[in-house]
Amino acid sequence: MNTGIDVPQIQRYGALYIASARLKSMSKWKAIIAAVDIGNPLFYLIAVGVGIGVLVEKGSGTSGTNGIKYIAFIAPALLANSAIAGVMDETVFPTIEGFKWRKLFFAQNATPITGRQIALGVYLSALCRAIFSVSVYYLLLIAFNVVEFGSSILLIPIAVLGGGAFGAIILYAAAKIEKDDQFFNILGRLVIMPMFLFSGTFFPLSSMPIYLQPIGWISPLWHATELGREAAFDYGISNLMVAVHLTFLSTLVAIGITLSMRQFERRLAK
Amino acid sequence: MSKPLISVRGLTKVFGDFTAVNGINFDVAKGESFGLLGPNGAGKSTTMRILAATSTRTSGTVEILDKDPEKFGPLVRAHLGIVPQEDNLDGELTVTENLFIYGRYFGLPKKFIKAKIEELLEFAQLEEKRDVKVQALSGGMKRRLTIARGLVSEPDILLLDEPTTGLDPQARHILWDRLFRLKEQGVTLVLTTHFMDEAEQLCDRLVVMDKGAIMAEGSPQGLIKQYSSKEVLEVRFGSDRNKEVAPQLSQMCERMETLPDRLLMYTEDGEKLLEQIAAAKLHPTTSLVRRSSLEDVFLRLTGRTLIE
Ligand SMILES: Nc1ncnc2c1ncn2[C@@H]1O[C@H](COP(=O)(O)OP(=O)(O)OP(=O)(O)O)[C@@H](O)[C@H]1O
Ligand SMILES: [Mg+2]
Repeated sequence: MNTGIDVPQIQRYGALYIASARLKSMSKWKAIIAAVDIGNPLFYLIAVGVGIGVLVEKGSGTSGTNGIKYIAFIAPALLANSAIAGVMDETVFPTIEGFKWRKLFFAQNATPITGRQIALGVYLSALCRAIFSVSVYYLLLIAFNVVEFGSSILLIPIAVLGGGAFGAIILYAAAKIEKDDQFFNILGRLVIMPMFLFSGTFFPLSSMPIYLQPIGWISPLWHATELGREAAFDYGISNLMVAVHLTFLSTLVAIGITLSMRQFERRLAK
Repeated sequence: MSKPLISVRGLTKVFGDFTAVNGINFDVAKGESFGLLGPNGAGKSTTMRILAATSTRTSGTVEILDKDPEKFGPLVRAHLGIVPQEDNLDGELTVTENLFIYGRYFGLPKKFIKAKIEELLEFAQLEEKRDVKVQALSGGMKRRLTIARGLVSEPDILLLDEPTTGLDPQARHILWDRLFRLKEQGVTLVLTTHFMDEAEQLCDRLVVMDKGAIMAEGSPQGLIKQYSSKEVLEVRFGSDRNKEVAPQLSQMCERMETLPDRLLMYTEDGEKLLEQIAAAKLHPTTSLVRRSSLEDVFLRLTGRTLIE
């Protein structure tokens, strides 16, 4: 028997072992990740900053956006959206791969590591990716003078929370589906795209017809965007709503992680 | 006898409405080399995954090192080396990275793993491939690496699901030799195979499984003695004539099996039987006298050949 195996230690830190292995895998893609995380914000900032934003302000000034420059108005949404995209990349893909394509989770589970720890480890590493994506984005926002350095730094944790809320649920979905052929299509076209368009991203949710607003209410993107706007420029939402947004997002994290951990454990134990 | 290391009672595993393992019982003693022999779909891998404390059972009891693997998965797995039937190495990582990361999952110190890796590279004859990405290895090399990986943690029990499938004959023999050495060091081996020569070489004791049930249990020699004769005479008359002569031939031996391409005649003395056949003016196109093997045991027990 190997005397160096400290099972209680693994039970405490197993998820971190998994997360660090995931980060190591990600680092093999660092050039691509950096290109995406720098390129994507640049495109938006240029397109909206010098294009759409100018048109919007020519049309209605800043009255529709509580007096905030258009590009600044949408910045918190873009930030949260980048967190969501980052978390999605690092949960959906590794999960389907881990269960199905390369079965890496089964190898990890052949050690003292448990399915619950694998779920948590994948999630934590995805949050790391979100922190990276969002931080890069934030620096570009500062560089482009879209937001001022200060309380706007809160945009980073808020966006990560938004990404984390979405990611926790999507992690569960990715672990649940066994036939992945249409999953990416459905996810991209029927979840991500509507969420991006109808979460008060480009205009306040309240200016949308009431029957479309529920999309925003259940969308982590909307909650994170509202919080972000409040943090960055005193958007004027009530403390109650701040509490509602925070509660909604944390509840999604808790539910998503609980379901994911259970699903990973079950699927590995089949 | 001291308490068995592994004890399985009434183990059953049901997938949907299909029973893959159907109430099997066996014990494995410390230091023993124990085999599950059976054809495709017999339930070997399903049983192995349950022993590996990774899969749950439908009913029955399992104790490994005095613990229920379902309740104490991490504690049990800390003592196991698991070699699955399908390789699940990380193709994007190199050979040494795969070993290293696996060792880390056991919480082993980096220094220990680094030293261990050198030993395992030698074991798997992969020294020259140490920094090669796993996806660039041949099938047999991956297999050897998967086995080496199962040894990173110096397990008490090594579970090998078809360890030599995909290995060339030389690599197989080398692996048998290495496994034998591990056994000498006190490691308990549990392996599945559908190669009867492998089972004969490696197993002190084995169970013959078919359709989720255990058909027989014993040492390879004991099983052969119990279920077969000393020698087997294989004769071929050409596929049409085989059936014609079968009734007559079956009178001449203890037992006979009619396979599509040949007849197996069980007897204590194959040469003598062959003479009798010649005397009866039946002239087989080919004939072969050999010792009975586990293949014959299997055929006797199930009416089917092990490798279809
Ligand atoms: N996850 C699963 N879901 C449904 N059926 C399964 C599952 N795993 C195994 N089975 C079925 O259980 C039976 C036994 O499978 P198992 O893999 O244990 O066989 P085996 O003896 O290892 O065969 P082989 O020699 O081909 O590896 C098979 O009929 C298989 O189809
Ligand atoms: Mg199998």
